[in-house]
Amino acid sequence: MKLAVKDAMRCVGCQSCMFACSRRSGNAGLANTCIGVKSAGGISKGYNVIVCRSCENPPCAAVCPTGALTPKEGGGVRLKSSKCIGCGLCKDACVIGAVFWNDKDNKPAICIQCGICANYCPYDVLELQKDKKGVSHDAE
Amino acid sequence: MMPNDTLSKVLYIDLTKKKFEVKYRRDLFEKYLGGTGVATQLLLEECPEGIDAFAPESPIIFAVGPLTGAFPLASKTCAMFKSPHTGDIGESHAGGRSAIAIRMAGYGAIVIKGKSEIPVYLSITKGKVEFKNATTLWGMKDGSIAARVMRQNEGGEGLRAIFRIGMAGENMSTFANVTTETYRHFGRLGLGAIFGSKFLKGIVISGKQAIEVTNKKEYKNLYDEIYNTATESPVMKKYHDVGTAINIKSLNSMKALPVKNLQKSSIEEIKHVTGEDIAKNHLARRIGCAHCPVACIHLAYLREPYEDDPYFFKTTPVCYDFELIYSLGTMVGITEAKPLLKLIDIVEQVGVDAMSMGVILSWITEMYERKNITLEDLNGISVNWGDEDAYIKLVKNIAKPNTDFLKACAKGVSYASSKYGGKEFAMSFGKNEMAGYHTGPAGYLGFLLGARHSHLDNGGYSVDQKELVNTELTPQTVVDKLLDEEAIRQILSSIAVCFFARGIYNLELVSKAIKLLGFEYDEKQLHEIGRQIHLNKYKFKMREGFRIEKLEVPERIYETEDPTGKITKEFIKTGLDYAQNLIN
Repeated sequence: MKLAVKDAMRCVGCQSCMFACSRRSGNAGLANTCIGVKSAGGISKGYNVIVCRSCENPPCAAVCPTGALTPKEGGGVRLKSSKCIGCGLCKDACVIGAVFWNDKDNKPAICIQCGICANYCPYDVLELQKDKKGVSHDAE
Repeated sequence: MMPNDTLSKVLYIDLTKKKFEVKYRRDLFEKYLGGTGVATQLLLEECPEGIDAFAPESPIIFAVGPLTGAFPLASKTCAMFKSPHTGDIGESHAGGRSAIAIRMAGYGAIVIKGKSEIPVYLSITKGKVEFKNATTLWGMKDGSIAARVMRQNEGGEGLRAIFRIGMAGENMSTFANVTTETYRHFGRLGLGAIFGSKFLKGIVISGKQAIEVTNKKEYKNLYDEIYNTATESPVMKKYHDVGTAINIKSLNSMKALPVKNLQKSSIEEIKHVTGEDIAKNHLARRIGCAHCPVACIHLAYLREPYEDDPYFFKTTPVCYDFELIYSLGTMVGITEAKPLLKLIDIVEQVGVDAMSMGVILSWITEMYERKNITLEDLNGISVNWGDEDAYIKLVKNIAKPNTDFLKACAKGVSYASSKYGGKEFAMSFGKNEMAGYHTGPAGYLGFLLGARHSHLDNGGYSVDQKELVNTELTPQTVVDKLLDEEAIRQILSSIAVCFFARGIYNLELVSKAIKLLGFEYDEKQLHEIGRQIHLNKYKFKMREGFRIEKLEVPERIYETEDPTGKITKEFIKTGLDYAQNLIN
């Protein structure tokens, strides 16, 4: 399964998706969110909704010096936290800014394509699509 | 509260010395929860008795609550200050991203004192406060440009709030507002003027952090319950679909909508400024405050051709609501959408409270019509009902006044009418200009007795529409209901949720929700805390000279037809006398 932005024009900027993603940790707040909603140059112009596109040849994993980020079959990456040194190269390598950062842990927050954000979008902006192979990626 | 919750951190900023410090104030949050409760206490602590609202020692206080960042619809920040408009309590609530940004930056409240020697804006992030030179941003005719510059200069996209004032705030008009996220406002009672008096142009604040809960499973379940209620409730759907503007049609048909300075309470030519009609012809998009799935903010697009270039259009997004259609529409006799949107846009640009401005414009029009003032007083601007071009000029002239009359208008209709007459039709209550509800005596008692003199203090208009319109209630019963409702609303603004969510967040739910953030209070205790906060507000008001017996009521309310037929001098006086005995 692959997370996709179906129609960013319908986004109202409520950020319910960001809170939902961060709530996977069990706590409130936004520390762990792996999705971003920001205005497209002022709120009147609408919003950019930034989600991991689960690239098949992910640049974030390519620049990881320790092998903490590894490509997954069918696209996207898996993070092995114990190997991560918090260098931030992965964050810089993602041109759409979809590698988010947990400041407290000083480690990337990586989308696992679970789709919880889509469940909390009341306006049908996000969806979890089946990818070409119909593979459901493991959550880690 | 939870042991490590950063809600207890209060950020104190000194604009004179350009210094800041953090104090842990668990004492305040444990006793008063947050938001209004904590801000009122900080105001009592920080604001010296009898001080000029524009003195450097006069504080600006912002506070959020335990539910901010934890539950949906907890989207409001409470601002507290001494009001330059009324001389007593100044309290104003705004949404946008303000509350989430303050909480995620790691604070429960912010106290700003002192006065900078040059214009500055504050950049607050990652535990630091930077004082940025805003000299070049001062004096711009459109406040949104300054916000755009701050947006470009600072980080934290998607996680930040940007507060700013406009020209009216710089010139210390006593009803100048502070705008956040372009379309939300700390609207009432003149916070913008206090910013201006301190040479504070704006604030950018951002952050991202976790908030620990006591029980993760229960948190998830309760979150889902509230989220589902919010997204499925018909009331919330009403706010999302047509928005608050849906009330224009119904208030007009029940003869409760102020028209032409309340000379009338309904108008036949309402069609083009009803919520339904504006939505059909002009609405472009709806947006929400951070952490509110309801998305009640309605943006219309105003498309105007340039006269010298027929195929080029000026396209301006304009945010509208019930209150703006009333104050800048029917109250001044404007009944077409385009002129209304143009007037709203200029009010946004200069940065003033839309309700106060509309009431002042309508009072000026009547004063001019009665020949109580001259063309010279108006700086040469001849004004008639519904004349949007004249109103646009007047708005600019009040934001930057250059006649004695317009300078008086920049201090509100109560002040202006005390100098120039016309008090009997100067539509303010407790020196705050009225909201768009000529619903009956409970609405007016609500304005008069509410701690902020706002219709939202106690929802008196709702008592009129639900009860007084078809049943008999004594003035005493009405006052009891208003005071009880206001006590409950103190809890909502302390935790701090949007008042539109009041149908969802009853005290039972509030008790359950705050428990997950480590606050153990049952419904009865919450009610008592609400009463205490309400009393604390009155403590400040009385300290600063407010007296119920000094309240003035414009004669006009007794003359214009209303839905209950019960607005009499006797009803209002009996209600006020009764309240006076209770409060003294």
